[in-house]
Amino acid sequence: MIYLDNAGTTKVSAKAKEAMLPLLDEVYGNASSLHTAGQEAKTYLEEARSTMAKCLNAEAGEIFFTSGGTESDNWAIETACRYGKMRGKTHIITSAFEHHAVLHTLEEKEKQGFTVTYLPVYKEGIVHVADLKKAITDNTCLVTIMLANNEIGTIQPIKEMAKVCHERGVIFHTDAVQAVGHIGVDVKDLGVDMLSLSGHKFHGPKGVGALYVKKGVPLFNLMQGGAQEKNKRPGTENVAGIVAMATALNESLGEMEKVNKRLISMRDKLFDKLSTIPHSVINGSKSQRLPGNFNMSFEGIEGESLLLLLDDYGICASSGSACTSGSLDPSHVLLAIGLPHEVAHGSLRLTLSKYNTMEEINKVISAVPKVVSHLRKMSPVWDELEKGERKHVI
Amino acid sequence: MLYSEKVMDHFRNPRNVGEMPDADGIGEVGNAKCGDIMRMYIKVKDNIITDVKFMTFGCASAIATSSIATEMIKGQPIDKALELSNQAVVEALGGLPTHKIHCSVLAEEAVKAAVKDYYDKHNIKYDQKLYCAGDCPCVHEYDKKNSD
Repeated sequence: MIYLDNAGTTKVSAKAKEAMLPLLDEVYGNASSLHTAGQEAKTYLEEARSTMAKCLNAEAGEIFFTSGGTESDNWAIETACRYGKMRGKTHIITSAFEHHAVLHTLEEKEKQGFTVTYLPVYKEGIVHVADLKKAITDNTCLVTIMLANNEIGTIQPIKEMAKVCHERGVIFHTDAVQAVGHIGVDVKDLGVDMLSLSGHKFHGPKGVGALYVKKGVPLFNLMQGGAQEKNKRPGTENVAGIVAMATALNESLGEMEKVNKRLISMRDKLFDKLSTIPHSVINGSKSQRLPGNFNMSFEGIEGESLLLLLDDYGICASSGSACTSGSLDPSHVLLAIGLPHEVAHGSLRLTLSKYNTMEEINKVISAVPKVVSHLRKMSPVWDELEKGERKHVI
Repeated sequence: MLYSEKVMDHFRNPRNVGEMPDADGIGEVGNAKCGDIMRMYIKVKDNIITDVKFMTFGCASAIATSSIATEMIKGQPIDKALELSNQAVVEALGGLPTHKIHCSVLAEEAVKAAVKDYYDKHNIKYDQKLYCAGDCPCVHEYDKKNSD
């Protein structure tokens, strides 16, 4: 199996798995208990917190463990909105191509009386700082922009945007789920107030993540029920998951430079070779992009068919087509960068990890053109394009 | 698995796929914007559909429903082909996920559109009301009804 859906989830690394085992075996105490068994678990928990903090250049007290990226995003938005409302501020700014954990949460906020501005991301898939400057008002309580996009991997000018927000006294949150563990993320350098991350995106286990909250930034509870996480996030800690996540992040940082060099060479080979397929387009900026993210569209075909035929070659990929999401519209990310609907339906996302090899990439480079050509041969859209009855858009 | 073995078989090995330059009737339904278009070609002799071909842009179930629909109407009298229902297509494929039912509707509409084109070309009278537009919001209504 050639696994190329690492933006979806990753394989747990051997080190992370190993780190988890004692917590599933002898160290099973509840980290809130005062007895030896509990305190032993507590030690593991706090060590993991320190590791996470060190990896992000944060203080241990600024790391709050959660169930993953979705909870972290919800928590950050909820808390900033509550604080905003207390001060009579009800305007939020985000981008048009955030993850649904942000977009759907903001839709709920709109129902509650907040207004939301969605900044454009242009063809390159990058928010312009000037647009943020124009959109921000005295009524703005929160700006939330992702660090790297989950579909096209484009990296946003977070540092510059956080600066704009702070000049206006506005809380800045970033969903860094796709970035942490893949590119250097230094919360002090970025200057963000809150940052979401998720363990299973960097070879940690599923069901665990964290929210970084800068000291002094107000934090309200989403749930009630216990004194865990400094009274802010009740519920017995998933110590095994947390320890494995911290181990995975530490491991990722240690090998990042080496891994990214390999990822970029494999990813760029995919771009170079698959760009030779006629009427194809690379989605999003090629330079401001995560090392392991490949995303292209092929005219005249539909993404789900492409995925399933690639699966027959043992290749696990993903697409922004409507059919893969179960909705009528293709990916909001691809529409946000200006792709016409019919082209967005024919997209292919390949997201690489350190476990991929050039041999696998070569197999993909041989399989994709065959599958695209097979589907085009039976496509009435391609037929019309070829006969000039329909205009090529890419 | 999202799809039945039958769906995957017709998707991987579509029957009667390709163009038919000398078709007696051609029907095209769907919309590229929505991600699925089906084109159905029929050859008619003595009121019998002697040959069928299809071309489809769409997901696996769109390809599979059009493929099986061609098998179901080939060699049939036109009247019989017009009786082809989307439910029959779904049953023949061993079921479809609820959000893919519209693909079977497209297959039914593609067959009807090809027959309608044949009727139009040969000045054969028919009841206009029996043929829906076969457009995208129209067929996707079936998914909505099924998910409620």
